[in-house]
Amino acid sequence: MPTRRRALRRLALGGVAAAGAVATCGCGHSDDPRGPLNFWAMGREAEVVTELLPAFYARHPGVQVRVQQLPWTAAHEKLLTAYAGGALPDLCQLGNTWLPKFTALDALEPLDALVAGSRIQREDYFAGILDTNVMATPQGERLFGLPWYVDTRLLFYRTDLLRAAGFGHPPQSWAEWLTAMRAIKQRADARGARGYGVLLPLNEPDPLFALALQQGELLAENGTRGAFAKPAFRRALDFYAGIFHEGLAPLMTNTQVSNVWDEFARGLFTFYVSGPWNIGEFRRHLPPSAQGDWATAPLPGPNGPGVSTAGGSSLVLFKGSPRKPAAWQLIEFLSEPATMQRFHALTGNLPPRRSAWRSAALANDAPSQAFAAQLERVRAAPKIPEWERIFQEMQLTAERVVQRTQSADAATQQLDAWTDALLEKRRWLRARGHVVGAGT
Amino acid sequence: MRRPGAIGWALAAPALVVIAVFFALPVIAGLALSLTDFDLYALADLSTLRFVGLANYGHLLRTPLFWQALGNTLYFVAVGVPVSIGLSLGAALLLNSRFARWQPFFRTALFAPVVTTVVAVAVIWRYLLHTRYGLINQALAAIGVDPVDWLGDPHWSMPAIILFAAWRNFGYNMIILLAALQAVPRELYESARVDGAGALRQFTDLTFPMLTPTLVMVGIMTISGYFQLFAEPYVMTQGGPLRSTVSVLYFMYEEGFRWWNLGNASAVAFLLFVVIFSVSWVLLRFDREPGSNA
Repeated sequence: MPTRRRALRRLALGGVAAAGAVATCGCGHSDDPRGPLNFWAMGREAEVVTELLPAFYARHPGVQVRVQQLPWTAAHEKLLTAYAGGALPDLCQLGNTWLPKFTALDALEPLDALVAGSRIQREDYFAGILDTNVMATPQGERLFGLPWYVDTRLLFYRTDLLRAAGFGHPPQSWAEWLTAMRAIKQRADARGARGYGVLLPLNEPDPLFALALQQGELLAENGTRGAFAKPAFRRALDFYAGIFHEGLAPLMTNTQVSNVWDEFARGLFTFYVSGPWNIGEFRRHLPPSAQGDWATAPLPGPNGPGVSTAGGSSLVLFKGSPRKPAAWQLIEFLSEPATMQRFHALTGNLPPRRSAWRSAALANDAPSQAFAAQLERVRAAPKIPEWERIFQEMQLTAERVVQRTQSADAATQQLDAWTDALLEKRRWLRARGHVVGAGT
Repeated sequence: MRRPGAIGWALAAPALVVIAVFFALPVIAGLALSLTDFDLYALADLSTLRFVGLANYGHLLRTPLFWQALGNTLYFVAVGVPVSIGLSLGAALLLNSRFARWQPFFRTALFAPVVTTVVAVAVIWRYLLHTRYGLINQALAAIGVDPVDWLGDPHWSMPAIILFAAWRNFGYNMIILLAALQAVPRELYESARVDGAGALRQFTDLTFPMLTPTLVMVGIMTISGYFQLFAEPYVMTQGGPLRSTVSVLYFMYEEGFRWWNLGNASAVAFLLFVVIFSVSWVLLRFDREPGSNA
């Protein structure tokens, strides 16, 4: 049956070829189980991983690895066309929000048995991050990837400005956060300076998404309908839009802030919701005089420290690979705490395993420690292939509310209607008994 | 009678086969695809493919982003085509002028942008358009104009794309118009001068009428080319900021290859085809009528 289906698919794709769907790639996959491993990685990670490989070769002299670098902007379509053309690599770095797509395509190999048979302990991973790799299948929940590095959002802030406004420690709840931002704004206004509480670039969906995750579900009925007009999302949206409407955040997209670090150093804003890469960027770009005046803190929640997003990249094994044992050896190697520590030293990417955080570089680093605390409180995005698209639409909707071109009621109802239309196929599939989110 | 027909068909067969395989079949497959909901789920399991009739088209016509993309594309065509043809005509007139020196050099230099790689040139243009360090803003600053955030401001992103596209394309039309200019008999200018026509009069009453057929042809080709705007926003802005540079084709690309809704994407392609076809048809009409009076 699967072969027939595959043949049918090939046939269908013959027709689609006109649309340029099939990438037949000379570099593709030979079926030789002893051939070199094809490993696709993105951006900087691809450059760095080659530096980690000598240690791997020393342990597994028979294995050769061919790393291919994909630019982030093209990776997604390249992977999908490779799937359509049957030219996927053996293993790959995959953004963890892309996992639902590739499990829906039934392209990934479940890793449960492999992990159970290795020295990797699942409990060592931050639970919220590992959960982004667990998908529903007809056989139950399965693990389809191992986190490689993590990403989440929290507060970067100016300690001196916060102290000057009368606060000795960063806010923990939404109410405290609002009070602090109001005081900062008042102080700036009183001195005739241009100062805002927080920078939330209008075209970045992550801050609103993190706030919404703190309130509850974004989708209803097993991820087949939008829940944006429901009270949970509305509370997050009202809080988010309220920050702008009170004038506590500038109405700016991240392209309108020509240089975030300059503006941060100048005091245009005190709080900035951002991710781990900015630890390194702040150290590189802030002037030496401002280096002592910034810190990070976990994201405030509605009533005390809140959850945030569970992002990052995972390592996955493709089902069609003829070299799974060797590919698994590489994943195992890259998942060792010692390798993760080296990887962190080379890239600044934060490791997903708690034991890797015991290195001095991380344990003694104050800005990273806030991330360690936050990573204990992260929640996965809805695990459906359409999520990325809904995520973008969510921000466009929020932007209209912030700009006051639409009321929050009308905007969220419109977003729900749009989401329901987008997910119609999922409802149809469920009605026919498919386990959606996984291959059949 | 039969024989020459058979031989004719035999001779035309290779070309016909190529057209059938590489044009007719894909078009039919695309049309068929546009009547289905081919998506990620269908890619995984073909049994989930559904025939949806014209639902994709109905859905598109109710999608605000599609209309925005169409609006952006019309803006690009309405401003970009006159600017581009105006530049081409201006350059062709300068090159054809009796006072032009080093004509072959300038002809090649002005044609060069056409043969450049759009991605490579886009990188350079992004430097030129940079808000703080870009040469364009520095030139504007010299005459006292405040810096313009070309690719970050939704009001300026499309003008920036138009500028880039016009620069990249004007050389092609320039060559065609130059050839048409050189085909105007010199005696006509001589007699016009004898009749006392000045340079402006010569252009409006002699050069322009003689160029009209070529201009219409150039216009139709440029319009249908400009409707298919894709590479410029793809490499320069990825459709942003605030979706101000999403063209119809970029929208189709996102539907098809980003979200993998090939059914929807094919429907967009056919709607774009209808738009280009109708505009070209109107233009041809427009051309024929004054032509028949002359």
